[in-house]
Amino acid sequence: MLEVVDLHAGYGPFAVLHGIALAVAAGEIVAVLGANGAGKTTLNRALSGLIRPTSGRIVFEGRDITAAGHDAIVRAGLIHVPEGRKIFPNLTVRDNLLLGAYLRGRAHRARNLARVLDIFPRLAERLGQLAGSMSGGEQQMLAIGRGLMAEPRLLILDEPSLGLSPLLTEELFTLIARLHGEGLSILLVEQNVVQSLAIAHRAYVVEHGAVALAGAAGALTDDPRLKSAYLGLA
Amino acid sequence: MEVFCFFSSEKKVFFFEKKKQKTFVRGVLRGHRGFVVTDIFLAALINGILIGGVYALVALGLTLIYGVLHIVNFAHGSLLMVAMFAAWLLAEKVGLSPYAALPVVAAGMFGVGWGLYRFVIGRVSRGEDRAILLATLGVAVVLDNAFLAMFGGDTRQIETDLTFAMWEVGPLLLSVPKVIAFGASLAIAGLLWAFMALTDTGRAIRAVAKEPEGARLMGIRPDRIFALAYGIGIACLGAAACLLLPSFFVSPHVGNVFVLVAFTIVVLGGMGSFPGAVVGGILIGVTESLGGLFLGESLGPIGISLVFIAVLLLRPTGLFGATR
Repeated sequence: MLEVVDLHAGYGPFAVLHGIALAVAAGEIVAVLGANGAGKTTLNRALSGLIRPTSGRIVFEGRDITAAGHDAIVRAGLIHVPEGRKIFPNLTVRDNLLLGAYLRGRAHRARNLARVLDIFPRLAERLGQLAGSMSGGEQQMLAIGRGLMAEPRLLILDEPSLGLSPLLTEELFTLIARLHGEGLSILLVEQNVVQSLAIAHRAYVVEHGAVALAGAAGALTDDPRLKSAYLGLA
Repeated sequence: MEVFCFFSSEKKVFFFEKKKQKTFVRGVLRGHRGFVVTDIFLAALINGILIGGVYALVALGLTLIYGVLHIVNFAHGSLLMVAMFAAWLLAEKVGLSPYAALPVVAAGMFGVGWGLYRFVIGRVSRGEDRAILLATLGVAVVLDNAFLAMFGGDTRQIETDLTFAMWEVGPLLLSVPKVIAFGASLAIAGLLWAFMALTDTGRAIRAVAKEPEGARLMGIRPDRIFALAYGIGIACLGAAACLLLPSFFVSPHVGNVFVLVAFTIVVLGGMGSFPGAVVGGILIGVTESLGGLFLGESLGPIGISLVFIAVLLLRPTGLFGATR
């Protein structure tokens, strides 16, 4: 479904990714793990067209999207729920969700809205409230709900548990499992190793802008190299 | 009843009625029984509200552009001047009444604003706020001088059958063009509000204003939204120009008359706030009118500064500004 080959990217003269390779098959949850500054967010920004890779290839459902604009990538169904949520604080919850279907999923907007509100009853209670006035957990729900409005083929979740309480984090991972159960493919980018490996099929560990370790989630959990790679203990 | 005419079309009869005004003001201040104290006050108040509506429309464009692009559009006054010349030319050469020309001029000015952003301001700025600011200033300098070269510095005016028409409402005589301008300005402000609140494009404009990266992840292209917002802001000027033309003069410097007032309104109402622009516009219109009544023509404008300073002292973010 998604295939990334030898991807190099960065900001101006600062290269961050040095040849990342990964793949996501349809129906999978794939976790990308790594410490702060490993290049996870840069990878996501390159995947969703916010920055242009310097070299390498990104193929999504058989189409080369390496040089595609961010709008074309959304239209293709690769939807990115960013780190820090980036919801629209000055808009109501309802308007935020409606904008999720700005380019894609417009035909079924009413149906999808009902579905998202069914998944997140909390949002249904706050439809008319300004999104910026909600708690961090509610904003994360909104960010995911807004992503779902675009009928994603593949959903990228970037650090969804960041800043959430342990209880909310638990709830979030249950939700990710539920979305996957409904047939969604997910690329989960997380710092939360244990819980991510518990729900993912496969995982990549990114270190210094390259894949240090890859494999089935179950095998990685017990791999001693995971701890050393992740914690930078060489 | 003459005296109310003077308040309605101040340019023409102003000096003629100056002496009378002083007597009246003295009458108002002393509560003198020989004068109809409430009527003259009411006339000035209503006149201020009416002109405030057009101020609001000019300020609305400015506040929209500020709210979305986060820049102060220095070309605002010059583009109002261009729109007024366009409306004037249509009236003089084609014989189109300014009211009939309103949709044409507004649409034309939308095109001018959109193109200006797309091909000039957006290009030279490459996303840097400072550069956008300078680009709008450059556009203003070029436009002002180009029109000065083409049309000279004279002031021009058109006279339609409505220019001096009056409506008698109770004890008041209201200038018809001003009532129309007020009503149309509020209607346009309402339409713009509905557009921003209820359409996907309006939502996208508001989204880009606060969270451009989040908007890009929804497939919204901020560069297009910026050009659109700039175009809509300038279209407001096109409408304002047509509403002003029957009761106002045109010259290459006419923008200056309004732009300072519009900046004041935008800051006073809260930068980027729609209700702020409308309420601020009417407040400044009334202040100007009452200032003129009580303090005279030369000292009157001080009232605007006083209200401005007072509002900013009490609410530094403006009347409807977001408190951060």
